[in-house]
Amino acid sequence: MTNFSVSANDLRRFGKPLVFALMMVPALWLAWNWWQAFQYLPNDLGFNPQETSNRFTGDWALRFLLLSLAITPLSKTIRSSKPILFRRMIGLFAFFYVCLHITSYVWLDMLFDWSELWADVLKRIYITVGFSAFLLLIPLAVTSTKGWIKRLGARSWQGLHKAVYLAGVLAVVHFIMMRKGFQIEPLIYAGILLLLLGFRLRSVLGRRAPQRT
Amino acid sequence: MLIKRKETWQESENSVTGETAYLNRRTVLAGAAAIGAAVAAPSVFAQRDRVLGPLAARPTDYRSTESLTPEAAVTQYNNYYEFGTGKGDPYENAWRLQPKPWSVTVDGLVDKPGTYALEDLVDFNALEDRIYRLRCVEAWSMVVPWIGVSLASVLKKIEPQSGAKYVRFETLADREQMPGLRWPVLDWPYTEGLRIDEAMNDLTLLAVGLYGKEIPNQNGAPLRLVVPWKYGFKSIKSIVRISLTDKQPGTSWNISAPREYGFYSNVNPEVDHPRWSQRRERRIGEFGRRETQKFNGYGEMVADLYAGMDLRANY
Repeated sequence: MTNFSVSANDLRRFGKPLVFALMMVPALWLAWNWWQAFQYLPNDLGFNPQETSNRFTGDWALRFLLLSLAITPLSKTIRSSKPILFRRMIGLFAFFYVCLHITSYVWLDMLFDWSELWADVLKRIYITVGFSAFLLLIPLAVTSTKGWIKRLGARSWQGLHKAVYLAGVLAVVHFIMMRKGFQIEPLIYAGILLLLLGFRLRSVLGRRAPQRT
Repeated sequence: MLIKRKETWQESENSVTGETAYLNRRTVLAGAAAIGAAVAAPSVFAQRDRVLGPLAARPTDYRSTESLTPEAAVTQYNNYYEFGTGKGDPYENAWRLQPKPWSVTVDGLVDKPGTYALEDLVDFNALEDRIYRLRCVEAWSMVVPWIGVSLASVLKKIEPQSGAKYVRFETLADREQMPGLRWPVLDWPYTEGLRIDEAMNDLTLLAVGLYGKEIPNQNGAPLRLVVPWKYGFKSIKSIVRISLTDKQPGTSWNISAPREYGFYSNVNPEVDHPRWSQRRERRIGEFGRRETQKFNGYGEMVADLYAGMDLRANY
Protein backbone atom coordinates (compact mmCIF):
# COMPACT_ATOMS: atom_id res chain seq x y z
CA MET A 1 0.00 0.00 0.00
CA THR A 2 1.54 3.24 -1.10
CA ASN A 3 -0.71 5.48 0.93
CA PHE A 4 0.17 3.53 4.05
CA SER A 5 3.35 5.40 4.76
CA VAL A 6 3.72 4.64 8.46
CA SER A 7 6.39 2.00 8.92
CA ALA A 8 5.78 -1.13 10.97
CA ASN A 9 8.55 0.05 13.29
CA ASP A 10 6.83 3.35 13.94
CA LEU A 11 3.62 1.47 14.63
CA ARG A 12 5.44 -0.70 17.14
CA ARG A 13 7.15 2.22 18.81
CA PHE A 14 4.34 4.82 18.83
CA GLY A 15 1.19 3.18 17.57
CA LYS A 16 1.05 0.42 20.15
CA PRO A 17 1.53 2.64 23.21
CA LEU A 18 -1.13 4.97 21.81
CA VAL A 19 -3.64 2.17 21.26
CA PHE A 20 -2.76 0.78 24.68
CA ALA A 21 -3.46 4.13 26.31
CA LEU A 22 -6.73 4.52 24.43
CA MET A 23 -7.94 1.10 25.46
CA MET A 24 -7.15 1.87 29.07
CA VAL A 25 -9.44 4.90 29.08
CA PRO A 26 -12.71 3.08 29.94
CA ALA A 27 -11.02 1.17 32.77
CA LEU A 28 -9.45 4.33 34.18
CA TRP A 29 -12.76 6.15 33.93
CA LEU A 30 -14.43 3.38 35.89
CA ALA A 31 -11.68 3.16 38.51
CA TRP A 32 -11.71 6.93 39.01
CA ASN A 33 -15.48 7.01 39.47
CA TRP A 34 -15.46 4.15 41.97
CA TRP A 35 -12.64 5.85 43.84
CA GLN A 36 -14.87 8.91 44.06
CA ALA A 37 -17.91 6.84 45.00
CA PHE A 38 -16.13 5.10 47.86
CA GLN A 39 -15.40 8.52 49.32
CA TYR A 40 -18.99 9.67 48.81
CA LEU A 41 -17.81 12.22 46.28
CA PRO A 42 -19.73 13.13 43.14
CA ASN A 43 -19.32 10.59 40.35
CA ASP A 44 -20.85 9.54 37.07
CA LEU A 45 -21.93 6.04 38.07
CA GLY A 46 -25.59 7.00 38.42
CA PHE A 47 -28.13 5.77 40.93
CA ASN A 48 -27.23 2.10 40.59
CA PRO A 49 -23.43 2.06 40.35
CA GLN A 50 -23.21 -1.73 40.39
CA GLU A 51 -25.53 -2.04 37.42
CA THR A 52 -23.59 0.72 35.66
CA SER A 53 -20.28 -1.09 36.19
CA ASN A 54 -21.61 -4.46 35.09
CA ARG A 55 -22.95 -3.01 31.88
CA PHE A 56 -20.03 -0.69 31.21
CA THR A 57 -17.39 -3.42 31.57
CA GLY A 58 -19.53 -5.89 29.63
CA ASP A 59 -20.05 -3.41 26.80
CA TRP A 60 -16.32 -2.73 26.48
CA ALA A 61 -15.35 -6.39 26.73
CA LEU A 62 -17.71 -7.17 23.86
CA ARG A 63 -16.58 -4.18 21.79
CA PHE A 64 -12.91 -5.09 22.10
CA LEU A 65 -13.66 -8.74 21.43
CA LEU A 66 -15.44 -7.82 18.20
CA LEU A 67 -12.65 -5.38 17.35
CA SER A 68 -10.07 -8.12 17.75
CA LEU A 69 -12.15 -10.28 15.41
CA ALA A 70 -12.23 -7.48 12.86
CA ILE A 71 -8.44 -7.19 12.58
CA THR A 72 -7.82 -10.10 10.22
CA PRO A 73 -10.64 -9.11 7.84
CA LEU A 74 -9.35 -5.54 7.92
CA SER A 75 -5.84 -6.61 7.14
CA LYS A 76 -7.05 -8.71 4.20
CA THR A 77 -9.23 -5.93 2.89
CA ILE A 78 -6.48 -3.34 2.86
CA ARG A 79 -3.86 -5.94 1.85
CA SER A 80 -1.53 -4.98 4.67
CA SER A 81 -0.30 -6.96 7.61
CA LYS A 82 0.07 -3.85 9.73
CA PRO A 83 -3.24 -4.16 11.60
CA ILE A 84 -2.07 -7.59 12.77
CA LEU A 85 0.48 -5.79 14.95
CA PHE A 86 -2.41 -4.76 17.19
CA ARG A 87 -4.40 -7.97 17.21
CA ARG A 88 -2.90 -9.59 20.27
CA MET A 89 -3.08 -6.40 22.30
CA ILE A 90 -6.72 -5.86 21.44
CA GLY A 91 -7.53 -9.49 22.21
CA LEU A 92 -5.81 -9.25 25.57
CA PHE A 93 -7.67 -6.04 26.32
CA ALA A 94 -10.93 -7.82 25.54
CA PHE A 95 -9.92 -10.47 28.08
CA PHE A 96 -8.92 -7.75 30.56
CA TYR A 97 -12.38 -6.16 30.31
CA VAL A 98 -14.00 -9.57 30.67
CA CYS A 99 -12.03 -9.93 33.93
CA LEU A 100 -13.19 -6.48 35.04
CA HIS A 101 -16.75 -7.47 34.12
CA ILE A 102 -16.54 -10.54 36.33
CA THR A 103 -14.86 -8.58 39.11
CA SER A 104 -17.65 -6.04 38.98
CA TYR A 105 -20.26 -8.76 39.22
CA VAL A 106 -18.55 -10.85 41.89
CA TRP A 107 -17.32 -8.01 44.06
CA LEU A 108 -19.39 -4.88 43.61
CA ASP A 109 -22.68 -6.55 42.76
CA MET A 110 -22.68 -9.87 44.65
CA LEU A 111 -20.21 -8.90 47.41
CA PHE A 112 -18.46 -12.28 47.22
CA ASP A 113 -21.57 -14.23 48.12
CA TRP A 114 -20.09 -17.44 46.73
CA SER A 115 -23.04 -19.74 47.30
CA GLU A 116 -25.38 -17.34 45.53
CA LEU A 117 -22.80 -16.85 42.79
CA TRP A 118 -22.37 -20.52 42.14
CA ALA A 119 -26.13 -21.02 42.06
CA ASP A 120 -26.33 -18.20 39.52
CA VAL A 121 -23.67 -19.69 37.27
CA LEU A 122 -25.50 -23.02 37.23
CA LYS A 123 -29.11 -21.86 37.28
CA ARG A 124 -29.12 -18.78 35.10
CA ILE A 125 -28.46 -19.79 31.54
CA TYR A 126 -27.30 -16.34 30.47
CA ILE A 127 -24.68 -16.34 33.20
CA THR A 128 -23.67 -19.91 32.30
CA VAL A 129 -23.24 -18.77 28.71
CA GLY A 130 -21.24 -15.69 29.69
CA PHE A 131 -19.09 -17.68 32.09
CA SER A 132 -18.35 -20.25 29.36
CA ALA A 133 -17.12 -17.45 27.13
CA PHE A 134 -14.78 -16.37 29.93
CA LEU A 135 -13.46 -19.91 30.45
CA LEU A 136 -12.91 -20.24 26.72
CA LEU A 137 -10.86 -17.05 26.63
CA ILE A 138 -8.47 -18.13 29.41
CA PRO A 139 -6.37 -20.56 27.31
CA LEU A 140 -6.28 -18.02 24.51
CA ALA A 141 -4.97 -15.32 26.82
CA VAL A 142 -2.42 -17.72 28.33
CA THR A 143 -1.11 -18.89 24.97
CA SER A 144 -0.91 -15.44 23.49
CA THR A 145 2.87 -15.18 23.90
CA LYS A 146 5.52 -15.86 21.26
CA GLY A 147 6.82 -18.73 23.36
CA TRP A 148 3.45 -20.48 23.26
CA ILE A 149 3.15 -20.02 19.50
CA LYS A 150 6.48 -21.82 19.13
CA ARG A 151 5.59 -24.50 21.61
CA LEU A 152 2.27 -25.29 19.96
CA GLY A 153 3.37 -24.72 16.41
CA ALA A 154 1.79 -21.99 14.31
CA ARG A 155 -0.84 -24.26 12.83
CA SER A 156 -2.34 -25.71 15.99
CA TRP A 157 -1.92 -22.35 17.74
CA GLN A 158 -4.07 -20.78 15.02
CA GLY A 159 -6.56 -23.59 15.30
CA LEU A 160 -6.84 -23.03 19.03
CA HIS A 161 -7.30 -19.33 18.62
CA LYS A 162 -10.24 -19.85 16.26
CA ALA A 163 -12.12 -20.48 19.51
CA VAL A 164 -12.35 -16.72 19.85
CA TYR A 165 -15.22 -16.84 17.35
CA LEU A 166 -17.13 -19.18 19.63
CA ALA A 167 -16.38 -16.85 22.56
CA GLY A 168 -17.77 -14.00 20.47
CA VAL A 169 -20.96 -15.91 19.77
CA LEU A 170 -21.38 -16.82 23.45
CA ALA A 171 -20.75 -13.22 24.52
CA VAL A 172 -23.38 -11.85 22.13
CA VAL A 173 -25.90 -14.51 23.16
CA HIS A 174 -25.18 -13.60 26.81
CA PHE A 175 -25.91 -9.96 26.00
CA ILE A 176 -29.14 -10.69 24.11
CA MET A 177 -30.37 -12.94 26.92
CA MET A 178 -29.84 -10.46 29.73
CA ARG A 179 -32.07 -7.79 28.21
CA LYS A 180 -35.79 -7.58 28.87
CA GLY A 181 -38.20 -7.50 25.96
CA PHE A 182 -37.15 -7.14 22.33
CA GLN A 183 -34.25 -4.71 22.28
CA ILE A 184 -32.21 -3.38 19.39
CA GLU A 185 -28.81 -2.75 20.98
CA PRO A 186 -27.71 -6.38 21.49
CA LEU A 187 -28.89 -7.16 17.97
CA ILE A 188 -26.52 -4.54 16.57
CA TYR A 189 -23.64 -6.42 18.18
CA ALA A 190 -25.08 -9.66 16.81
CA GLY A 191 -25.19 -8.12 13.33
CA ILE A 192 -21.54 -7.06 13.52
CA LEU A 193 -20.53 -10.50 14.72
CA LEU A 194 -22.45 -12.18 11.87
CA LEU A 195 -20.76 -9.88 9.40
CA LEU A 196 -17.34 -10.86 10.75
CA LEU A 197 -18.24 -14.53 10.78
CA GLY A 198 -19.52 -14.22 7.22
CA PHE A 199 -16.25 -12.66 6.13
CA ARG A 200 -14.33 -15.45 7.77
CA LEU A 201 -16.51 -18.12 6.20
CA ARG A 202 -16.05 -16.58 2.78
CA SER A 203 -12.29 -16.54 3.08
CA VAL A 204 -12.28 -20.15 4.35
CA LEU A 205 -14.48 -21.33 1.50
CA GLY A 206 -12.65 -19.30 -1.12
CA ARG A 207 -9.18 -20.30 0.05
CA ARG A 208 -7.03 -22.18 -2.40
CA ALA A 209 -3.55 -21.94 -1.00
CA PRO A 210 -2.82 -22.57 2.72
CA GLN A 211 -3.33 -19.46 4.80
CA ARG A 212 -0.29 -17.25 5.29
CA THR A 213 -1.07 -15.10 8.31
CA MET B 1 -62.59 4.48 56.53
CA LEU B 2 -59.33 2.94 57.55
CA ILE B 3 -59.32 0.23 60.12
CA LYS B 4 -56.68 1.38 62.57
CA ARG B 5 -54.88 -1.83 63.06
CA LYS B 6 -51.24 -1.53 63.98
CA GLU B 7 -49.24 -3.40 61.37
CA THR B 8 -45.64 -4.46 61.76
CA TRP B 9 -44.61 -2.16 58.96
CA GLN B 10 -46.32 0.82 60.47
CA GLU B 11 -44.52 3.29 62.61
CA SER B 12 -45.78 5.29 65.51
CA GLU B 13 -46.77 8.86 64.78
CA ASN B 14 -43.93 10.38 66.75
CA SER B 15 -41.23 8.52 64.89
CA VAL B 16 -41.91 10.19 61.59
CA THR B 17 -40.52 13.43 60.26
CA GLY B 18 -42.56 16.28 61.69
CA GLU B 19 -45.25 17.59 59.42
CA THR B 20 -44.02 21.18 59.62
CA ALA B 21 -40.61 20.08 58.47
CA TYR B 22 -42.20 18.18 55.61
CA LEU B 23 -44.45 21.10 54.68
CA ASN B 24 -41.63 23.61 54.92
CA ARG B 25 -39.62 21.46 52.63
CA ARG B 26 -42.50 21.54 50.24
CA THR B 27 -42.74 25.33 50.43
CA VAL B 28 -39.05 25.64 49.74
CA LEU B 29 -39.43 23.33 46.77
CA ALA B 30 -42.42 25.21 45.43
CA GLY B 31 -40.53 28.46 45.80
CA ALA B 32 -37.53 27.04 44.02
CA ALA B 33 -39.75 25.72 41.26
CA ALA B 34 -41.35 29.13 40.82
CA ILE B 35 -37.95 30.81 40.57
CA GLY B 36 -36.87 28.16 38.14
CA ALA B 37 -39.91 28.84 35.99
CA ALA B 38 -39.30 32.59 36.11
CA VAL B 39 -35.71 32.40 34.95
CA ALA B 40 -36.22 29.64 32.39
CA ALA B 41 -35.64 31.17 29.01
CA PRO B 42 -37.86 30.03 26.16
CA SER B 43 -36.07 27.27 24.29
CA VAL B 44 -36.68 24.08 22.44
CA PHE B 45 -36.54 22.44 25.83
CA ALA B 46 -39.30 24.66 27.17
CA GLN B 47 -41.44 21.67 28.03
CA ARG B 48 -38.59 20.11 29.94
CA ASP B 49 -39.13 22.76 32.54
CA ARG B 50 -42.68 21.69 33.27
CA VAL B 51 -43.38 23.21 36.67
CA LEU B 52 -44.80 20.62 39.00
CA GLY B 53 -47.43 22.31 41.13
CA PRO B 54 -47.65 21.45 44.81
CA LEU B 55 -50.38 19.03 45.84
CA ALA B 56 -52.11 19.16 49.20
CA ALA B 57 -52.69 15.74 50.68
CA ARG B 58 -53.68 14.47 54.08
CA PRO B 59 -51.30 12.26 56.00
CA THR B 60 -52.27 8.61 56.39
CA ASP B 61 -51.04 5.59 58.30
CA TYR B 62 -49.09 4.45 55.29
CA ARG B 63 -45.76 5.71 56.49
CA SER B 64 -42.32 4.35 56.99
CA THR B 65 -39.28 5.09 59.08
CA GLU B 66 -37.11 3.77 56.31
CA SER B 67 -35.39 6.72 54.74
CA LEU B 68 -36.97 7.92 51.55
CA THR B 69 -35.11 7.32 48.33
CA PRO B 70 -33.81 10.74 47.24
CA GLU B 71 -36.13 12.55 44.86
CA ALA B 72 -33.40 12.77 42.23
CA ALA B 73 -33.14 8.98 42.14
CA VAL B 74 -36.90 8.47 42.06
CA THR B 75 -37.26 10.86 39.14
CA GLN B 76 -34.11 10.05 37.16
CA TYR B 77 -33.78 6.28 37.45
CA ASN B 78 -36.85 4.84 35.80
CA ASN B 79 -38.16 2.00 33.73
CA TYR B 80 -40.62 3.50 31.27
CA TYR B 81 -39.88 1.83 27.95
CA GLU B 82 -42.19 4.12 25.99
CA PHE B 83 -39.43 6.69 26.49
CA GLY B 84 -36.48 4.34 25.95
CA THR B 85 -35.02 1.27 27.59
CA GLY B 86 -32.15 3.00 29.43
CA LYS B 87 -32.73 3.94 33.05
CA GLY B 88 -32.02 7.60 32.29
CA ASP B 89 -34.05 7.70 29.06
CA PRO B 90 -37.43 8.50 30.65
CA TYR B 91 -35.94 11.49 32.45
CA GLU B 92 -34.39 12.64 29.18
CA ASN B 93 -37.36 12.05 26.91
CA ALA B 94 -40.55 12.26 28.94
CA TRP B 95 -40.84 16.04 28.51
CA ARG B 96 -42.65 15.22 25.26
CA LEU B 97 -45.59 13.82 27.18
CA GLN B 98 -48.53 16.20 27.60
CA PRO B 99 -50.30 15.24 30.80
CA LYS B 100 -52.77 18.13 30.73
CA PRO B 101 -55.56 17.91 29.88
CA TRP B 102 -55.96 14.18 30.43
CA SER B 103 -58.91 11.89 30.06
CA VAL B 104 -59.45 8.26 30.88
CA THR B 105 -61.79 5.95 29.01
CA VAL B 106 -63.79 3.68 31.27
CA ASP B 107 -65.49 0.69 29.67
CA GLY B 108 -66.41 -2.94 30.07
CA LEU B 109 -68.56 -4.26 32.88
CA VAL B 110 -69.35 -0.95 34.58
CA ASP B 111 -72.57 0.95 35.11
CA LYS B 112 -70.96 4.31 34.45
CA PRO B 113 -68.83 3.90 31.32
CA GLY B 114 -67.54 6.88 29.40
CA THR B 115 -64.61 9.18 28.95
CA TYR B 116 -63.75 10.95 32.16
CA ALA B 117 -61.62 14.01 32.68
CA LEU B 118 -58.89 13.11 35.18
CA GLU B 119 -60.37 15.56 37.71
CA ASP B 120 -63.74 13.80 37.50
CA LEU B 121 -62.22 10.43 38.23
CA VAL B 122 -59.81 11.41 40.99
CA ASP B 123 -61.01 13.60 43.84
CA PHE B 124 -58.18 16.09 44.20
CA ASN B 125 -59.65 17.24 47.52
CA ALA B 126 -59.21 13.78 49.03
CA LEU B 127 -55.58 13.12 48.16
CA GLU B 128 -53.53 11.03 50.58
CA ASP B 129 -49.84 10.92 51.39
CA ARG B 130 -48.63 7.34 51.27
CA ILE B 131 -45.08 6.12 51.62
CA TYR B 132 -44.56 2.75 49.94
CA ARG B 133 -41.65 0.51 49.18
CA LEU B 134 -41.25 -0.14 45.46
CA ARG B 135 -39.62 -3.40 44.48
CA CYS B 136 -38.61 -3.73 40.84
CA VAL B 137 -38.50 -7.18 39.26
CA GLU B 138 -34.87 -6.34 38.40
CA ALA B 139 -33.99 -6.69 42.11
CA TRP B 140 -33.66 -3.05 43.08
CA SER B 141 -35.97 -1.09 45.34
CA MET B 142 -36.90 2.38 46.52
CA VAL B 143 -39.02 4.04 49.20
CA VAL B 144 -41.35 6.53 47.56
CA PRO B 145 -43.71 9.17 49.00
CA TRP B 146 -46.71 9.01 46.67
CA ILE B 147 -49.81 11.18 46.63
CA GLY B 148 -53.05 9.75 45.37
CA VAL B 149 -56.36 8.09 46.10
CA SER B 150 -57.20 4.46 46.59
CA LEU B 151 -58.16 2.69 43.38
CA ALA B 152 -61.23 1.47 45.26
CA SER B 153 -62.50 5.05 45.57
CA VAL B 154 -62.30 5.46 41.81
CA LEU B 155 -63.85 2.08 41.06
CA LYS B 156 -66.81 2.99 43.28
CA LYS B 157 -67.45 6.01 41.05
CA ILE B 158 -67.61 3.96 37.86
CA GLU B 159 -69.70 1.25 39.53
CA PRO B 160 -68.39 -2.17 38.48
CA GLN B 161 -71.09 -4.71 37.69
CA SER B 162 -71.36 -7.92 39.67
CA GLY B 163 -69.86 -9.91 36.81
CA ALA B 164 -66.66 -7.86 36.83
CA LYS B 165 -63.78 -10.05 37.99
CA TYR B 166 -60.74 -8.18 36.73
CA VAL B 167 -59.56 -4.65 36.04
CA ARG B 168 -57.51 -3.97 32.95
CA PHE B 169 -55.39 -0.83 32.54
CA GLU B 170 -53.84 0.64 29.45
CA THR B 171 -51.03 3.17 29.03
CA LEU B 172 -51.04 5.93 26.43
CA ALA B 173 -49.40 4.84 23.17
CA ASP B 174 -48.73 7.94 21.12
CA ARG B 175 -45.67 7.98 18.86
CA GLU B 176 -45.60 11.77 18.86
CA GLN B 177 -45.13 11.87 22.59
CA MET B 178 -43.33 8.59 23.18
CA PRO B 179 -40.21 8.02 21.09
CA GLY B 180 -39.69 4.52 22.52
CA LEU B 181 -42.74 3.23 20.66
CA ARG B 182 -40.66 3.12 17.48
CA TRP B 183 -39.12 -0.09 18.80
CA PRO B 184 -41.17 -3.23 19.30
CA VAL B 185 -39.74 -3.85 22.76
CA LEU B 186 -43.23 -4.82 23.91
CA ASP B 187 -46.56 -5.14 22.17
CA TRP B 188 -47.78 -1.55 22.62
CA PRO B 189 -49.87 -0.19 24.21
CA TYR B 190 -48.63 -1.33 27.60
CA THR B 191 -51.38 -3.11 29.50
CA GLU B 192 -51.69 -4.39 33.03
CA GLY B 193 -54.36 -6.02 35.13
CA LEU B 194 -55.49 -6.87 38.63
CA ARG B 195 -58.03 -9.24 40.07
CA ILE B 196 -60.98 -7.24 41.39
CA ASP B 197 -60.21 -8.05 45.04
CA GLU B 198 -56.61 -6.92 44.53
CA ALA B 199 -57.90 -3.75 42.94
CA MET B 200 -60.28 -3.11 45.85
CA ASN B 201 -57.58 -3.63 48.49
CA ASP B 202 -56.93 -0.40 50.34
CA LEU B 203 -53.19 -0.56 49.58
CA THR B 204 -53.82 -0.25 45.86
CA LEU B 205 -53.24 3.38 44.97
CA LEU B 206 -53.85 5.57 41.97
CA ALA B 207 -51.08 8.14 42.23
CA VAL B 208 -51.18 11.66 40.84
CA GLY B 209 -48.33 13.06 42.91
CA LEU B 210 -44.85 12.37 44.16
CA TYR B 211 -42.75 14.08 46.81
CA GLY B 212 -45.42 16.70 47.59
CA LYS B 213 -45.91 17.75 43.99
CA GLU B 214 -47.65 16.67 40.82
CA ILE B 215 -46.15 13.48 39.49
CA PRO B 216 -43.38 14.05 36.90
CA ASN B 217 -43.90 12.71 33.39
CA GLN B 218 -41.21 10.06 33.68
CA ASN B 219 -42.92 8.62 36.76
CA GLY B 220 -46.19 8.13 34.90
CA ALA B 221 -47.98 11.49 34.81
CA PRO B 222 -50.67 12.29 35.29
CA LEU B 223 -52.19 9.06 36.62
CA ARG B 224 -50.47 5.81 37.53
CA LEU B 225 -51.17 2.72 39.52
CA VAL B 226 -49.12 1.78 42.59
CA VAL B 227 -49.42 -1.80 43.83
CA PRO B 228 -46.68 -2.00 46.45
CA TRP B 229 -46.79 -5.76 47.08
CA LYS B 230 -46.22 -6.57 43.43
CA TYR B 231 -43.19 -6.04 41.22
CA GLY B 232 -42.95 -2.53 39.88
CA PHE B 233 -44.02 -3.30 36.32
CA LYS B 234 -47.55 -4.03 37.59
CA SER B 235 -47.80 -0.37 38.58
CA ILE B 236 -48.77 0.85 35.13
CA LYS B 237 -48.09 4.46 34.18
CA SER B 238 -49.95 7.24 32.32
CA ILE B 239 -53.26 5.38 32.31
CA VAL B 240 -55.71 6.21 29.50
CA ARG B 241 -58.12 3.31 29.82
CA ILE B 242 -59.63 1.35 32.68
CA SER B 243 -61.78 -1.65 31.73
CA LEU B 244 -63.66 -4.07 33.92
CA THR B 245 -63.70 -7.59 32.53
CA ASP B 246 -64.90 -11.06 33.43
CA LYS B 247 -61.78 -12.74 32.04
CA GLN B 248 -58.19 -12.36 33.14
CA PRO B 249 -56.77 -9.68 30.84
CA GLY B 250 -53.53 -10.10 28.94
CA THR B 251 -50.70 -8.06 30.43
CA SER B 252 -47.73 -6.77 28.44
CA TRP B 253 -44.84 -8.50 30.19
CA ASN B 254 -46.77 -11.72 30.57
CA ILE B 255 -47.46 -11.74 26.83
CA SER B 256 -43.83 -10.88 26.06
CA ALA B 257 -42.29 -13.58 28.29
CA PRO B 258 -44.91 -15.74 30.03
CA ARG B 259 -42.29 -17.91 31.72
CA GLU B 260 -40.66 -14.88 33.36
CA TYR B 261 -43.57 -12.61 34.25
CA GLY B 262 -46.81 -14.00 35.59
CA PHE B 263 -50.14 -12.26 35.91
CA TYR B 264 -49.82 -12.02 39.68
CA SER B 265 -46.15 -11.03 39.97
CA ASN B 266 -46.32 -10.69 43.73
CA VAL B 267 -42.97 -9.88 45.31
CA ASN B 268 -41.73 -13.25 46.51
CA PRO B 269 -38.17 -14.07 47.55
CA GLU B 270 -38.94 -17.78 47.30
CA VAL B 271 -39.83 -17.71 43.62
CA ASP B 272 -36.91 -16.73 41.41
CA HIS B 273 -37.13 -14.98 38.10
CA PRO B 274 -35.77 -17.58 35.65
CA ARG B 275 -32.78 -15.35 34.97
CA TRP B 276 -31.98 -14.07 38.43
CA SER B 277 -32.63 -14.65 42.10
CA GLN B 278 -35.32 -12.62 43.84
CA ARG B 279 -34.01 -13.34 47.34
CA ARG B 280 -32.25 -10.03 47.71
CA GLU B 281 -32.58 -6.53 46.41
CA ARG B 282 -30.49 -3.41 46.17
CA ARG B 283 -32.10 -0.43 47.82
CA ILE B 284 -31.08 2.43 45.56
CA GLY B 285 -28.47 4.44 47.46
CA GLU B 286 -27.13 1.47 49.44
CA PHE B 287 -24.01 -0.45 48.58
CA GLY B 288 -24.97 -3.97 49.63
CA ARG B 289 -28.12 -5.98 49.15
CA ARG B 290 -30.93 -6.53 51.61
CA GLU B 291 -33.27 -9.46 51.99
CA THR B 292 -36.44 -9.18 49.95
CA GLN B 293 -39.63 -9.55 51.98
CA LYS B 294 -42.56 -11.64 50.87
CA PHE B 295 -45.29 -9.40 49.42
CA ASN B 296 -42.66 -6.67 49.79
CA GLY B 297 -43.47 -6.58 53.50
CA TYR B 298 -47.21 -5.97 53.04
CA GLY B 299 -48.26 -9.54 53.72
CA GLU B 300 -50.50 -8.63 56.65
CA MET B 301 -52.74 -6.68 54.34
CA VAL B 302 -52.67 -8.85 51.25
CA ALA B 303 -51.64 -12.44 52.03
CA ASP B 304 -55.31 -13.36 52.53
CA LEU B 305 -56.00 -12.58 48.90
CA TYR B 306 -53.96 -15.60 47.93
CA ALA B 307 -55.04 -18.07 50.60
CA GLY B 308 -54.91 -21.59 49.24
CA MET B 309 -53.15 -20.55 46.04
CA ASP B 310 -49.87 -22.08 44.97
CA LEU B 311 -47.71 -18.98 44.63
CA ARG B 312 -45.07 -20.93 42.73
CA ALA B 313 -47.55 -21.85 40.01
CA ASN B 314 -49.25 -18.44 40.18
CA TYR B 315 -46.11 -16.33 40.01
